Amino acid sequence: MKARINWIDTALVLFAALLAVFWEAAFGGVRHVLGAQVDLLPALMVYASLSAGFGTVSLLAILGGLWFDSLSANPLGVSILPLFVIGFAIYANRELILQDQTFAQLVLGFGASLAAPVMTLLVLLTTAHEPLFGWGTLWQLLVMSLGGAMATPVLFALFGLFNRALGHRHIAESSFRPDREIRRGKS
Amino acid sequence: MLKRPHYIALGLVVVLTLTILNLPSQLTARMKMAVGSLFLPLFGLASYGEQLAGQASDALVPRRELAKQNDELRRANEELRLQAIKSKEIENENARLRELLHWQQQQPWKFKLAKVVLREPANWWRTLQIDLGSRDGARVNMPVLSGEGYLVGRISLVTLARSQVVLLGDPNCKVAARVENENHDTGVVGAAGPLDSEFVEMSYLSRNAILKPGQNVRTWGEGGIFPAQILIGRVVDSRPVEYGLSTVARVKLAANLNALEEVWVKFQ
Repeated sequence: MKARINWIDTALVLFAALLAVFWEAAFGGVRHVLGAQVDLLPALMVYASLSAGFGTVSLLAILGGLWFDSLSANPLGVSILPLFVIGFAIYANRELILQDQTFAQLVLGFGASLAAPVMTLLVLLTTAHEPLFGWGTLWQLLVMSLGGAMATPVLFALFGLFNRALGHRHIAESSFRPDREIRRGKS
Repeated sequence: MLKRPHYIALGLVVVLTLTILNLPSQLTARMKMAVGSLFLPLFGLASYGEQLAGQASDALVPRRELAKQNDELRRANEELRLQAIKSKEIENENARLRELLHWQQQQPWKFKLAKVVLREPANWWRTLQIDLGSRDGARVNMPVLSGEGYLVGRISLVTLARSQVVLLGDPNCKVAARVENENHDTGVVGAAGPLDSEFVEMSYLSRNAILKPGQNVRTWGEGGIFPAQILIGRVVDSRPVEYGLSTVARVKLAANLNALEEVWVKFQ
């Protein structure tokens, strides 16, 4: 049963990644207003690496990266490694992270959303590609980081909602047991 | 706590990434097409949603308003028909004069209208995707123009049903251009800053170039991709570079690249 629940969780994360990539390519409202598009994949990776298994983290990095690059002018595969490195680093320390705390989610979302584009740009620049790069990139990185930071707690809340709707409900066990009740009084 | 399988997975992902990055470009283009086809149902859903929204707004428009719009369109249609007749006469006259002077006859341009379906999700490229693909006759390097006829970019990748257009200002879209001034100064329109979607830089201009704000910049026609005389934009300012050996001009694009909904693809 646990394997089935994990499978549903993985499928949900991957479906969310597909929708996130499509949203980024189909709706440019944020870019028109702020001059940069927010990337939701690092925020999703934060959720996956804190809540799901290592298989989900790996699949999200590979499929999410490929989906993103397929709709972008990026060379295919360039987004895989940055996403995986972020997921790997968080997964390795997840026992030390207070994942239910909104502040922790915000900080991790900010860091992941900053690290992913920086690493992607580094890979692009070291593989002889010529991306648009300048002082304006700093503003774009700030927008991406803040957007990712704000999206992370929202994703945690959404997935929490889905998991409560689709998963098994925890039955709270009371310490009171009627069969062990000590009856007092005169018989 | 990480175990050995986790490090093996890390190694495998690194190898996979390096392998994909080093594949031949034709193969990666096909792979992009295959992976991108996964989004087709979402395209369908999005266009269905747009249709529904359109139908809803149609139902809300009053009949009187529709009749008024219809009247205005009919009048505009009559005016355009008159202009078309005049243009045809000028075209015939032009052809006769060309024949008299033994000049080569100009081929009329053929265009196809395409809808912009997706925009670049990454912030370091300037591309968009249109709904014309190889099945519609689209080919790599076909020029793309805005609805008003201003240069927008060129097709850089073609799949069966969609094409990727690399826009002006992207480092991969360079255009040989000419300034409309006394010297007919020429240069190359290339990349701009990451945030300046309205401006591009025209470089390799002569150090003696006479540039004034407001001068039109049009395609030069050299290079074999873009035909001559398509308006790119207008000169905003210029500055000497490379110790005064050449000049770079900032050009404000005539087309609003952020507001493109439909574009023309030049087929001939």
